[in-house]
Formats: sequence, C-alpha cells, structure tokens
Amino acid sequence: MYSPQVAERIANPRNVGELISPSGTGDVTNQVCLDRIKLTIQIEGDRLTDARVQALGCPPTIAAASAITELIIGQVISDVCRVNRQDVISTLGRLPPAKLHCAALAIEALRAALEDAGLLES
Amino acid sequence: MRVYLDNSATTATAPEVVAAMLPFFSEEIGNAQSVHSFGQRARAAVEKARRALAALINAAPGEIIFLSGGTEADNFAIRGVAEAHRDKGRHIITSEIEHPAVLATCEALAASGFRVTYLPVSSEGLVSLDRLRAAVSDDTILISIMHANNETGTIQPVEEIGRLVAQARERGQKHLHFHTDAVQSVGKTPVDVKRLGVDLLSLSGHKLHGPKGIGALYLRKGVRISKLIYGGHHERDRRAGTENVPAIAGLGRAAEMARNGLQEQILRIAHLRDRLERGVIERLPGVIINGSIEHRLPNISNLSFSGVDGESLLIALDLKGIAVSTGSACASGSLEPSHVLQALGLARERVRGSLRFSLSRYNTTEEIDYTLDALEEIVTRLRAMSPEGERLQAEPSF
Repeated sequence: MYSPQVAERIANPRNVGELISPSGTGDVTNQVCLDRIKLTIQIEGDRLTDARVQALGCPPTIAAASAITELIIGQVISDVCRVNRQDVISTLGRLPPAKLHCAALAIEALRAALEDAGLLES
Repeated sequence: MRVYLDNSATTATAPEVVAAMLPFFSEEIGNAQSVHSFGQRARAAVEKARRALAALINAAPGEIIFLSGGTEADNFAIRGVAEAHRDKGRHIITSEIEHPAVLATCEALAASGFRVTYLPVSSEGLVSLDRLRAAVSDDTILISIMHANNETGTIQPVEEIGRLVAQARERGQKHLHFHTDAVQSVGKTPVDVKRLGVDLLSLSGHKLHGPKGIGALYLRKGVRISKLIYGGHHERDRRAGTENVPAIAGLGRAAEMARNGLQEQILRIAHLRDRLERGVIERLPGVIINGSIEHRLPNISNLSFSGVDGESLLIALDLKGIAVSTGSACASGSLEPSHVLQALGLARERVRGSLRFSLSRYNTTEEIDYTLDALEEIVTRLRAMSPEGERLQAEPSF
C-alpha cells in the first residue's frame, strides 16, 4: 500500500523534535482526521538553516512531516517558499490518492512557519 | 522474526488440511454429483466432511449446507428467511456491530420493504436482552445477532437470545427465526447449535485453519428458507453449484482438528493473549482493553494506545514482521473509524489508537515476547515524536 520511502520514514523519521528558539513555528491540524504537524524552522540570512518536526497521525502524515524537513533544511528562502505538495509526494515516491491530504498538511505547516517567521504574507 | 497476529482476518491453512485436500485436485477428480466411482469417491469425501463439521457444532449432517464462505452464509440465511417468510412479517432485528455481510444484507432488504432494527450495544459491546425483547414485534421474522464480534472478540448472550426466541414461539410467534454469525467463534470456543437455540448459523473455513472460499450454513431441520443461488440440485436442492470437493474435504479436516483438544487450545491461546495484554500494560502507560474482558473469545485482544495512530503503529509493526489490524483508517482527510468501536461509544482518540491482535494455535511465547519488545519501542518512539509528546510521557491517558 505504501512506498518504501514512506515505510522507511516510519521506521526512521528525520529531524524529529522542536527547535528551542525557532524563527518560526507552524502548528497545523487537519480538523477532520485530527492529524497534526508541528514544524519549527531556523532562518539565518537568506537561508533556512535548520528545522525540526513533530507529527501525530497516519503513516503518510509522519512521512510527509519528515520529508518536508529534508526538502527545506539548507535551502535559500526563495526556494523554500516554492516547495509544494508535489515535491513532498515525489520525496515519498508516491502516496495513495486518499492520502494526498497528508502531503498538503505538511505544506500547510511549512506555510504557517514561514508566516510566523515573517517571510510570507498570511 | 515473522509474527502473524491477524488470525481474525484469516488463518494459516493447517498442513493436515492441505494434505486432506491434495488428492481431490488431480487424483480424485470426480464431480460429487456423478454416479461413476470417481464421483462416488468425491461424494464420500463431501459427506465425511459434512459429518465432521456437524459433529463440531452438534448438528445433524443433513443440517449442513456447504457454500462459498461466511459472507454467502450470512446472505443466504438472512435473505433466505426474509423472502420465504415475508408473508408473515417484514421486520428484522440485528445489532449495530454485525459484520458487513449481515449489515449490508439487511440494508438491501430495508430497501425492498423490510423494516430493520439495529440494536445498540453496551460499552462492553454486549446486546441488551431487555432491548431485544422490547424490539420484537408481531411481524418480526428474524433475529440475527453474531456469536462473537470480529473486532473485539466479545461473545454475545446467544444462548439467552435462543431461549427468548423459544419463549416467543411458545406464545405463538411461530414465524420468528434466529440466525447467528459464528464465523469468528467456531473453532475458538465451544459452539453447540442446540444449546445456543439457533435456527441458522454461519461459519467460514479459513477462520479455523481451513481453506479460503469454503464455508457452511447450519440450517435447523424443518426451517424453510428461499434459495439464493439457482441452478442444479446440489446440497439437497438448497445451494446450486458443483461442490468444491477439495475445499470441503479441507474444511472437514479443519473441523476434526478444531474439535480435538479444543479446551486445551482455548487455555493455551488465552494464556498467550493474557501474556500479551499483561506485558503491554506493564510496559506502557495509557493502554486500554476494548470490549468485554469477561465475555470474549480467547484469541482476540483489542487494545487502544493513547497518543498514537493505529495505522502508523500497524505499519511500524509490519516493518518488524508483525501483522495486526486496526480499527482506524483515514482516507481523503476523513476518518473512517470502525463501526464496532464507535458503537461501543469509544472516544475518537481511543478508536484512532486501536489495534486488534488475534492469535491462533500456531503462535508461540517467543512471538508474543518479540511483539511486546517491538510495541514498547514503537509506541514510545511514536509518542516521543508527537507534538503532544511531553504530555503523553507525563500522563498518557485518553
């Protein structure tokens, strides 16, 4: 049902935790299924230097939370702002159609963190 | 290590069952309807299996109808009674926690003019006899209440319902019938159709170490039902279609094996189930047993783990070679929780963190201990990565 990339991130989720003094925090919950992703990011200059994530939810939500950190750490802000749902899905190989909302939740967490850091208009 | 703890979904076909089936694929190839010796040897195998299955549930061989499985048995029982007795009444009583084979059949009948009452259950998953008694009306023709639930293992008071039905008949309600779906219970706990007082009982081969694609309906002698499948005059003109002789022979062997040493198997499996539950509760805070602890099958444990998602737990266990199932799945952003756990009135969080462990005679102490180690590691890890991790570690509860 799930790709090896999703399964691998369930066994070994990346960048788990919470930054102590983050530049921005995105804490989002899907109100229907109650899956939750909390992303903290560190911005230095024009670059996103670090990120940590916490997640509660089904396997694709945990994997997408993991994937979003892999996509943004070390990137320049302009590139981070362009990361989208398809990038998350590509990192995970594929997601079942009924689970695409999990990738959307990860993007929502990123947008919220960037807004909190003052890098995106809400 | 590979550990299979999803025996309520399906069981391993016993090697003895496979051995009993093999001759009927390419050696004893006869059609059991044929009059030549090939056919008669196939017929003998079918009747031997029928006797074995009848003995397992204390029925007469002539009361056993072979068919394709539990779903067909449920459809046949419910539709068969409804259509044969619709001139006597149009009311059916069932429960909210039945298998979809029962619920969907009742819904289809409701769409064609029948009235269906879905009885609620208690927080332990038990049907109330008082509610059932109150629901029976003059036009009730069928009560269909499962023997044991497939998700929680809760055993319903079927014997008491059987007595209630007998009393209603004594008062003149001759057209009232009682069906039980015993797919999960046959081979796991003693099932005696006379003691239970049922008119019809569904069972399935692959839930008791028999092959898939075979099951049976017990139809008490004298009970009239309509056919579901039309064709030849197989199964005493009740279920058309060439007998699946290898599968029937396998089911017969599985029935013999289930009958021999049932009590010892029950004790052994319950001991493993208790070891699993005790171990989980000792090692991990925030774990609750779902369903009745007193009235349940020996092989099923339905547990809720606070602060984790059942599907994530399932996948993480699968990566360690352990197969279980969950009552929670989210699809397209909507949670599709188990209708059974919902009927128990469990909070969303508790349904979400639910896992079903279902054991069989083939599980070992080593497998249970391996599962306990894996659960401890995975639940701790999933809780630690949750945004509610600190709360969960301090006070994990529902």
